[in-house]
Amino acid sequence: MSSIDITSNPYKKDFPLLASMPDLAFLDSAATAQRPACVIEALDHFYKTMNANPLRGLYELSIEVTEAIDSTRKSIARFIGAGEENARDIIFNRNASEALNIVAQAFAPTVLEEGDEVCITIMEHHSNLIPWQQACKKAGAKLVYLYCDKNGFISDEEMQAKIGPKTKIVSAAHVSNVLGVTNPIARMAQLAHENGAYMVVDGAQSVPHMPVDVTELGCDFFAFSGHKVFGPFGVGVLWGKHELLESMPPFLTGGEMIDYVSEQDAVWSPPPEKFEAGTQDAAGIYATGVAIDYAEKVGLAAMEQRERELMRYLAERMDALKFIEVVGPADPDARSGAYSFNVTGVHPHDVSGILSGENIAIRAGHHCAQPLLLFLGMHTCCRASVAFYNDASDIDKLVEGLELVGRMFNV
Amino acid sequence: MSNGSTSSIYSAALMDHNAHPDYRYELEDATHSHDGINASCGDELTLYLRIDDENDIIEEASFTGHGCAISQASADMMAGLIEGESVDEAKRLLGLFIGMIQGNELSEDDIEDLDEAAELQSISRMPARVKCAELAWRTLNGILTERETEK
Repeated sequence: MSSIDITSNPYKKDFPLLASMPDLAFLDSAATAQRPACVIEALDHFYKTMNANPLRGLYELSIEVTEAIDSTRKSIARFIGAGEENARDIIFNRNASEALNIVAQAFAPTVLEEGDEVCITIMEHHSNLIPWQQACKKAGAKLVYLYCDKNGFISDEEMQAKIGPKTKIVSAAHVSNVLGVTNPIARMAQLAHENGAYMVVDGAQSVPHMPVDVTELGCDFFAFSGHKVFGPFGVGVLWGKHELLESMPPFLTGGEMIDYVSEQDAVWSPPPEKFEAGTQDAAGIYATGVAIDYAEKVGLAAMEQRERELMRYLAERMDALKFIEVVGPADPDARSGAYSFNVTGVHPHDVSGILSGENIAIRAGHHCAQPLLLFLGMHTCCRASVAFYNDASDIDKLVEGLELVGRMFNV
Repeated sequence: MSNGSTSSIYSAALMDHNAHPDYRYELEDATHSHDGINASCGDELTLYLRIDDENDIIEEASFTGHGCAISQASADMMAGLIEGESVDEAKRLLGLFIGMIQGNELSEDDIEDLDEAAELQSISRMPARVKCAELAWRTLNGILTERETEK
């Protein structure tokens, strides 16, 4: 047996909201994580002692903010395995959705032509699906899906059948926000590159749960949201291979992203500034850096191990409930963060509504993945998601809440 | 432990309408039908009405679709309320119900007129579920508004 004790919780004290609401079972971290005190304090610290517009630093405060942002770029580049020396390939924006839109709207048109194909998986969050629908419509290209089996696994045959000479872009969730499975990104990237295509990864659900290395994944673009990895709302990250960021046009234009402007034309700044039009959320970026430092201090490998134990315990308790229909892999070790399910004959909103009355926070609905749920033969489901700051008592509460649902609906 | 407010909405009457709806079927000879969707939760509902145009009477009402117990029970209660009523009376009940869900105080007469649907009053304090309770009624509004513009 593992040495990790999920009945004790050395992390809860780091999270003011969790510490002040001991009765709350927060099982919705896949939607947004809780923030540790150091991140909340960083925002306060920024506005009290550092606040200035980071416009290329013409005075002391502004220079400091510019340095703080560059330092966060370095932390993030290191954090996702891109290497600190490549910090300038880290682009800040609002969230993973915006990061993916940069790729779909600014990069895709440079490689997509009529009759080409973009390949995504059936388990994409709408944020990595609708941008590609739109990009394909504009280019006259075809959107092709990689389908999974009922456990959420995409076979090698499926990838070989769908990724071919017509494929120009493959884009996939690293970890599914519904099924919790990790997709075979490295293999997809290999097939994409063999066919002259580019690999885009939506890392929103992987970065908070496991060590990520974009070099090992072999991808060309990688996007994630700061708020899912314990940072403040409003900061997204796009990493891209330097030569691609260099050659593609900007997404938004305006202030801060130009080197020179005449009446009729403008010269773009090099990346990352080229993709960061307008004043950035400097405080948010600074606090995101603090969040990354915190995550590294806890250790992503330690988080992953603890979450695996939590997931095993959750699966064991849920399996004992006769009225639970599991959505996704039967093997709890195949899940990172997300555990989706249905209560037989009870609509997910009724489940979440009743659980809410018992101070248990889960997500219910289509999880911004409607094509996946239709593919799985359902409209909606419930999702409990764990982070390293959860413990066994959260899961016990969930199970008690579900037993109440079962009694109320006579299932 | 339970704060009560959420669970109390699941009254015996609501659970009964959800489990054994009287009006949940496709109306073959409907004169009007309209789809209602609740984008936030993916609930879908089709409301069918057979309206006698000469006398402006809703002769039959039914619904199909899928959704939570609140949306399904609310649809069943609504169909029961408006069936056999005049279009004007249905409009009046619609105004009463939406007003109630949005937090308006109801008179005793109003409560009586809304019958079991008045039990959904406490939903007005549960913003996440307001759309569920309103779905059928908003769909009814869609039909009646469309019918008026067609006239």
